[in-house]
Amino acid sequence: MGTARLYAAVAGSGFRRYATYRVATAAGVFTNTVFGLILAYLFIALWDSKPHLGGYDQAQALTYVWVSQGLLMVVAMMGGGFEDELIERIRTGDIAIDLYRPADLQLWWLAQDMGRALFHLLGRGVVPLLFGALVFDLALPSDPLTWLAFLVAVALGVAVGFSIRFLVALSAFWLLDGAGVAQLTSIAGIFCSGMLLPLNVFPGALGEVVRVLPWASLIQAPVDVLLGTADPLGTYALQAAWAIALLAAGRLVQSVATRRVVVQGG
Amino acid sequence: MKAGGTAVRETAVRVVDVHPFERQGAYERLRDGLRAYRLITAMWIRSTMAYRASFAMTAFGNFAATALDFAAILLMFSRVDRLGGYSLPEVALLYGVSGVAFGFADLALGSMDRLGRRVRDGTLDTLLVRPVPVLAQVAADRFALRRLGRITQGLLVVGYALAVLDIHWTPLKVLLMPVMLLSGAGIFSAVFVAGAAFQFVAQDASEVQNSFTYGGNTLLQYPPTVFAKDMLRGVTFVLPLAFVNWLPALYVLGRPYPLDLPEWVAFAPPVVAALCCALAGIAWRAGLRAYRSTGS
Repeated sequence: MGTARLYAAVAGSGFRRYATYRVATAAGVFTNTVFGLILAYLFIALWDSKPHLGGYDQAQALTYVWVSQGLLMVVAMMGGGFEDELIERIRTGDIAIDLYRPADLQLWWLAQDMGRALFHLLGRGVVPLLFGALVFDLALPSDPLTWLAFLVAVALGVAVGFSIRFLVALSAFWLLDGAGVAQLTSIAGIFCSGMLLPLNVFPGALGEVVRVLPWASLIQAPVDVLLGTADPLGTYALQAAWAIALLAAGRLVQSVATRRVVVQGG
Repeated sequence: MKAGGTAVRETAVRVVDVHPFERQGAYERLRDGLRAYRLITAMWIRSTMAYRASFAMTAFGNFAATALDFAAILLMFSRVDRLGGYSLPEVALLYGVSGVAFGFADLALGSMDRLGRRVRDGTLDTLLVRPVPVLAQVAADRFALRRLGRITQGLLVVGYALAVLDIHWTPLKVLLMPVMLLSGAGIFSAVFVAGAAFQFVAQDASEVQNSFTYGGNTLLQYPPTVFAKDMLRGVTFVLPLAFVNWLPALYVLGRPYPLDLPEWVAFAPPVVAALCCALAGIAWRAGLRAYRSTGS
């Protein structure tokens, strides 16, 4: 009971921390909306020349654009979550203090990241989607249960996104500078999450591969649950499998890494 | 509080008054600014080259990140033959020109979106007391040579487009190619500087700048026929990004621009770029003049 309260408090502070920067949030919403507009017109042109591309009709494709713009920050697609801070703490040695605390390192950051994701869902996700729904014809479901199912998929996506970025941050125990790894994973994430183009539009074998990679859990999976183009339970199973596998990997790496820690000064 | 703030401001004004550059003409100021810019960037390049492996990796990463943009376009064309009525090589020309123009501006001024952070943490004050134009210092700060990766990628795509396209070349069209790349870089540079000037006012809003720089670059990668007429009017008459590649490149391709404009506008980019840079310069001076340090 006590530990649950601890992590709830950490999640709450993660929420408040990002909620502090209101101007930055408004600026981010503006940027998401501009990119959403560009992609929306691009997708209209694409679906005009090939209706039912990737199994979506045009309204579904436009819904994909606006929901994915809303989810970009929630799943911290391009980084910008906690990992820069954790890498810096590993590099400077402050990590020793974190390991000394009566809280688990991975769970601490997971709770913090969940709080951040909840804020970004409300602060960065809602307005672009509303704008998109006002300007374009979207295929949004009216059944509240579908929205609930969507939120479950988003939560699982955040967990997968967290576990990837946690592994990236832990690489700093060996590399000290995590910038290169962070850059590579963010490139992989942009391409493989469906941020540029829905993964079911990817042709042939490439499409088969990207749809089972962990990044598919971040944007493609939640959007498909919302659109009703994927079976929620099957989607959850794939997402949960990746979340569990990657969190376990993070735990393993964490235990190897902490055994390596030598703090200067004895 | 207010009196204290004014006092600090007056001191700052006095410091600027004895500033050696204040009494110089515009030409000398420009020359000194460029010289300072060159010295600071040379310093950052030396510091980057101390870790050659890291430089090679990040430059490749920069190349790969932009190449994936183009991979997405290739993926689209694996499913459709034409996008907004344009073929793949034609889109590649638009993509490449915009990428190179943006790449040059990003290389020269890409660090300017850090200005908001400098205002917030107070390190901008250090730049103000140095006898070097602030714009040169902010622009050259953390000069990132790895951004050559983006320019290289853009040039490769332009090369591919020119090799595949069957363009009816005239001397004017040949001349227009380098002119469009340089003017495009000028227009994007003006956007970077104006965006930085805006950050004096709205410190946390550096993301707004991204929607015009990165967002503008993304927009220009696709044919104008894809977008709504109102958006086209916005990027032609309000924020003239259409002069980076759309108007001149469509002339080279021999295609009409969706808005009814006379043909000579294809040759307007240098004028538009000069105008944009002048306006951005005015915005920058206004921003710098409005800047108040913490004041306590």
